[in-house]
Amino acid sequence: MEKIPILRMGHFLLVTIQVDLYDQLAENLEADLVSMVSKTNAKGVLIDVSSVSIIDSFMGRILGNIATMSKIMDADTVVVGMQPAVAITLVELGLPLKGVYTALNVERGMELLRSKILLEEEDQEEENDDDTDSTE
Amino acid sequence: MKNESIKIFQKKKQAVLEKWIHIQSQDQILNNDLITNEDLRIQSEELLFAFIDNLSDSNIDNAESRDFESVVDILSSISISRAKQGYSPRETGNYIYSLKEALLSTLSEEIKDPATLYAQSMIINKLLDSFSTSTFETFIKGREDVIFRQTDEITQISTPVIRLWDGILALPIIGTLDSSRTQVVMESLLQEIVETGSSIAILDISGVPAVDSLVAQHLIKTVSATRLMGAECIISGIRPEIAQTVVHLGIDLSTIITKATLASALKTAFIMLNLEVNKKQRVK
Amino acid sequence: MTTTPIVLNRDTMTVTRETDVVPFRSRVKEHAVKIGMSLLNQTKLITGASELVRNMLKYGNGGIVKIEIVSKGRDSGIRLTFEDKGPGIPNIDKAMQDGFTTGRSMGLGLPGTKRLMNEFTIKSEVGVGTTVTVTKWKNG
Repeated sequence: MEKIPILRMGHFLLVTIQVDLYDQLAENLEADLVSMVSKTNAKGVLIDVSSVSIIDSFMGRILGNIATMSKIMDADTVVVGMQPAVAITLVELGLPLKGVYTALNVERGMELLRSKILLEEEDQEEENDDDTDSTE
Repeated sequence: MKNESIKIFQKKKQAVLEKWIHIQSQDQILNNDLITNEDLRIQSEELLFAFIDNLSDSNIDNAESRDFESVVDILSSISISRAKQGYSPRETGNYIYSLKEALLSTLSEEIKDPATLYAQSMIINKLLDSFSTSTFETFIKGREDVIFRQTDEITQISTPVIRLWDGILALPIIGTLDSSRTQVVMESLLQEIVETGSSIAILDISGVPAVDSLVAQHLIKTVSATRLMGAECIISGIRPEIAQTVVHLGIDLSTIITKATLASALKTAFIMLNLEVNKKQRVK
Repeated sequence: MTTTPIVLNRDTMTVTRETDVVPFRSRVKEHAVKIGMSLLNQTKLITGASELVRNMLKYGNGGIVKIEIVSKGRDSGIRLTFEDKGPGIPNIDKAMQDGFTTGRSMGLGLPGTKRLMNEFTIKSEVGVGTTVTVTKWKNG
């Protein structure tokens, strides 16, 4: 059975969608990605849609689901490389993909995820500092 | 019923042409700069002969007849080219009215019986009138084509995307923002974002006369589309009266970064990109 | 000036399963490319068509789609007619509202699709079926 390959890159997972997804394939991708996030303890998911020419509400929902599910498991989702025509169509359709981060390309998406992890670590350090302060 | 005028026109073809050219050249208003006498003669001859050659008893009272297709074609191409060359409607109208004059005066010279002359004149009059109506229709159509083309050009020209800085684009919008304009704005902005890899776009609306809820909706759409691409969009050039109307209309722009001037938008963009602009220290 | 468009080309396709969606979209795209439609309008047309065909599968158990190349004045475009023999929509006005849905979706289908198209008409009769006709002009 056909599958969309999921690549692991350090703390992140990278998916490049290169074919027009039919519904079953998209649903499988959702399930595969979520189980990969849990298995690898990934901190971020990058979905490259630069070769996707159509995103309808079904596909939009899958992207939203992936983002929400990953978020619960402490991983951020970045959709990268959306085509201008696709972006305009999504806005007209009334589907602004809330809760999904976006970036111009994979590289920028990586930067975005890294900065998010850094921020979280800083927060944690601060929290730790607070803890040590209070115990002293 | 036999129409005498047909025979007369066929016989007097050349005379009618001379008469017509003469009336046209008498016309003071005719702008001689736009067409040479030679061209005018060729044009007139082509039209007149097409008209006379196709005239018959069966179609003399029906300008819609298929026999006149070539006449209508010639007339349309003349009036369309005149519309594009900037002739006034009066000049174009006089062209066909002077033909009527030439035809009618030829008839009055040839037909001696007043009753026949009247009947024939009426028929020719009616036929020529409907030709002139269709001339005006095509003339206006020619003008409309010019307007359509200009509208397209204005839309293209009025949405220049400027590279303000490495990674920062600016798009000054001048004029009203309707839905077709928004499409062009969005398309050229997003395309430029992809091409330059810019992460910030500034939409300056100083030149937009008024912002109503529809315009605001278009702005919000543009911002949302930019964000889907992974870039941020700042709206600048919010004049006090625009701020007032926005609030009075109850439009929510809180999800959008707005700035009063392009300068402060640029400053915000610099901060977002971690850039700093410093005054050069002068060493004495 | 409302003149009825002239149909230049007609093509029909039966959609009964979810796997027909992607081939259907390619078919629409082929026609849109043939008349030289801009990329943005192509994307809007195909996305809208995809929404409608999904609706048809979900609520009408599939049906027939007519793809036509139409021409009106200086413009040409694509007209799609989705016809199903499903249960029909009891309240069309309600179905055309943003956020209204009976199924497990976001309720963007009909109103969202209307925004993507130039012309949109819907006829539905309970117990008989639903017909949706949309047109997207090349330069619209």
